[in-house]
Amino acid sequence: MITLGHMLTLSAVLFALSVAGIFINRRNVLLLLMCIELLLLSANFNFVAFSRYLGFVDGQVFVFFILTVAAAESAIGLAILVVLFRERRSINVEDLNTLRG
Amino acid sequence: MNANLLLAIPMLPLAAAIIAGLGGRVLGRAVSAGLAIAAVAASCLLSMQVLNQLLHGTANYNASVYTWLLSDGVNMQVGFLIDRLSALMMVVVTFVSLCVHVYTVGYMHDDAGFQRFFAYIALFTFAMLMLVMSNNFLQLFFGWEAVGVVSYLLIGFWYTRPSAIFANLKAFLVNRVGDFGFLLGIAGVLYYTGSLDYQVAFNWAPAIAKQTLHVAGTAAGWPAMTVICICLFVGAMGKSAQVPLHVWLPDSMEGPTPISALIHAATMVTAGIFMVARMSPLFEQSETALSFVLVIGATTALFMGFLGIVNNDIKRVVAYSTLSQLGYMTVALGVSAYSVAIFHLMTHAFFKALLFLAAGAVIIAMHHEQDMRKMGGLRVRMPVTYWTSLIGALALIGTPFFSGFYSKDALIEAVHASHRWGAGYAYVCVTAGVFVTAFYTFRMIFMTFHGPSRLDHHAEEHFHDVGWDMKGPLVALAIPSLLIGYFTIQPVLFGGYFGDAIRVLESNDVVAEIGREFHGAAVFALHAVLSLPLWLAAAGVYCAWHFVLRRPDQATAIQARFNWLYRLLVNKYYFDWFNENVLARAARGLGLALWRGGDQAVIDGVLVDGSAGAVGWIAGRVRRIQNGFLYSYAFWMIVSLVLILGWFLVRV
Amino acid sequence: MLVTVLFYTFATILVAAGVGVITSRNPVHAALSLVLCFLTSAVLWMLIEAEFLAIVLVLVYVGAVMVLFLFVVMMLDINVEELKRGFTRYAWLGWLVTGIVIAEIVGVIVQRRLGLDVTRGAAPLPPGYSNATELGTALFTRYAYAVELAAMLLLVAIIAAISLTLRRRRGLKLQDISAQVAVRAGDRVRIVKMKSEPRP
Repeated sequence: MITLGHMLTLSAVLFALSVAGIFINRRNVLLLLMCIELLLLSANFNFVAFSRYLGFVDGQVFVFFILTVAAAESAIGLAILVVLFRERRSINVEDLNTLRG
Repeated sequence: MNANLLLAIPMLPLAAAIIAGLGGRVLGRAVSAGLAIAAVAASCLLSMQVLNQLLHGTANYNASVYTWLLSDGVNMQVGFLIDRLSALMMVVVTFVSLCVHVYTVGYMHDDAGFQRFFAYIALFTFAMLMLVMSNNFLQLFFGWEAVGVVSYLLIGFWYTRPSAIFANLKAFLVNRVGDFGFLLGIAGVLYYTGSLDYQVAFNWAPAIAKQTLHVAGTAAGWPAMTVICICLFVGAMGKSAQVPLHVWLPDSMEGPTPISALIHAATMVTAGIFMVARMSPLFEQSETALSFVLVIGATTALFMGFLGIVNNDIKRVVAYSTLSQLGYMTVALGVSAYSVAIFHLMTHAFFKALLFLAAGAVIIAMHHEQDMRKMGGLRVRMPVTYWTSLIGALALIGTPFFSGFYSKDALIEAVHASHRWGAGYAYVCVTAGVFVTAFYTFRMIFMTFHGPSRLDHHAEEHFHDVGWDMKGPLVALAIPSLLIGYFTIQPVLFGGYFGDAIRVLESNDVVAEIGREFHGAAVFALHAVLSLPLWLAAAGVYCAWHFVLRRPDQATAIQARFNWLYRLLVNKYYFDWFNENVLARAARGLGLALWRGGDQAVIDGVLVDGSAGAVGWIAGRVRRIQNGFLYSYAFWMIVSLVLILGWFLVRV
Repeated sequence: MLVTVLFYTFATILVAAGVGVITSRNPVHAALSLVLCFLTSAVLWMLIEAEFLAIVLVLVYVGAVMVLFLFVVMMLDINVEELKRGFTRYAWLGWLVTGIVIAEIVGVIVQRRLGLDVTRGAAPLPPGYSNATELGTALFTRYAYAVELAAMLLLVAIIAAISLTLRRRRGLKLQDISAQVAVRAGDRVRIVKMKSEPRP
């Protein structure tokens, strides 16, 4: 039988992996975006698990919205990336510091 | 009494001042002057009518005509209290002001600021009337400040002269010191009575006298009435030029002579005397305050007289004489002889105005030469001026039957009869002052009109006796200087003229005491032959004759022998030196310290620049975090998340 | 028993794919690993009877978002080698934070510091239960406004993405329809009157 603990542990491992990924791939915007997708997936795991094990459907509604936001985010993020690459011929994060205070 | 009629008295001069001041250029000289003279003459006639009504039994008028604002139960309004005291002052003020107006037409006829001058003096009349007619402290203060402003404008009338600007600034600043005390006194009255109305304050006076004031939380309280009265008197010291706030009056002689004569000698400077007399119900409740008044007045009376002896400027001699006479009036206030003070104020107004105008005539005749050492022998060349000045001088020194004699002798008698603390000192001062007064007055007369002519070439060339437009006022003033005392002493002092306008406690009533000895004006004058002051005055005249005409060399010898004393007097007891080098320097040092230390270092440096700098410094540190690198933001987000989660875990 | 075996199998695949996402040098490989992650996640969600979301995850994420990712990755000419320089410089920091996160999660799950009963199993669902119906009922009743907002958000995202990437090249011959509609005869035809020239 799969318990709540199983799902939470799995989600924690995914979360830790994505955090590590953000640090490891800190120069590549594309990979950063992918890591963020992974992060959101781990959060969704928690929502689904709690929804199921506590017996409230609302958690799954939240996942639905998170998926919506994540889709929008990746669409705009990738659009920005494309424009950026067109301008600078690079997606290296270290080149993207014109906003520096 | 009709409120509209009363309202017209101050408002006519105000209207004239506004029209002449703002439209003077358009209206021209004759219209402006005519308007101002007509307005002041009308208010003079109305004032006389008011006095006449009061003398024939009309009841006092005390009501407000306009409420300015009502704040927290304090009623601030414009109102009139018309009794015999204020009616007398109104007549004196408007009459004197009318004289200035008329005299000025001749005196200022070729001055560029002719219309401006009329606007000022009409404004002065308005302010002074508001002051004397007021029935509440706020309006009193308004009038008080307004006459101060006009005085400032008039002293600096010739604003291109640096000395005039210096003098008017000095007058204004010194008066500020006094006004500060005055304001504190008014605040004290308001604190205890919750009202600015005279009548309320007077009714409360005995109750206030029982209170004590704890200043800044000190345990030992001060008697409230003493504090209030001394504060009010500080205001009077500024306006009436009592030691040590007298320093502005001699310098105010920078103004045009009619102004020096009639505002700075006869009317405005007596505002302080009038105010104390008006506040007699308050002052009567504090022996300490009256003793303070007495000592200050006595000191001014004697020591300012000394300065007249060494001065060679004819106008300044008269100015010091004014200081000394104001001291006499203050002494009278100090011994609770308020009616005597007002009586002396009235007689003094006539003979001092006379002396000033005579001095003005001499100055004009000498073609703006004011130094008495360059005069002499003018008796023959200006006979009218000589005789009228002689009358003024005799009145001033208190020759029997002259007006000054009655007021001054009654004053000295009152001081003699008083048992107040300081009365002994005051008696010595005023008696010795008689000798001093006689000495400097006749020194002036002898130096100017007697002896050989010392005119220099320039003055000789331009010398011309003044016309009747200036001699006329001299004669007009000489008559009351001669007679008014004889005819008015009986009703004013002993006939209960003032009624309840001046309230004196039974035990303090020295005027009633000397009144028991009074058996008519003529007897009073004859009686003086047996008293000390007359002989002191005679001695003063003799000394003046001896040192000026008979043996001038002895005067020089004495001057050399007592050089330190001479220097002390010439330097006016170093009051100016003290003010300029100690007070002004300390104030400027304090200002500089506050500017450099308080303003530039603390406010600008620490608070303004400092806070901006701190924000900038913090921002400079914080902006390192905002490095624009995406992973850095992500890192901080995750670190924050980890910390929050850790806090949740630790807290449980 | 079967369920447990399936869970562990797919969980292992998921973790392995996750490691692949964060460590692969080639973005295409990373993206494909991520696709694998989503697919296994969908299977796991199926296992705990969240069927609708599992299908949505496959359709939306794998079908749309990840395709977009792959498309972008292949469209951009990325110098992978340059991006991989300094790969391990901050790795220790990443592993440190990861360690702390794991420790905290262990605190929650194993030590139960937040009082969570992690051993509980899922309550059996009643017969005739439909996950999609339940979710749809919630979405279109209680969360109706939020759904509207989400729809608007997606619309904005579409417009934003298009307007960001839209590029006008110079020299293109395009129709200006509003100008065509607004044109008047006077703009097109000009009547010129002139004298006829004499024959040479």
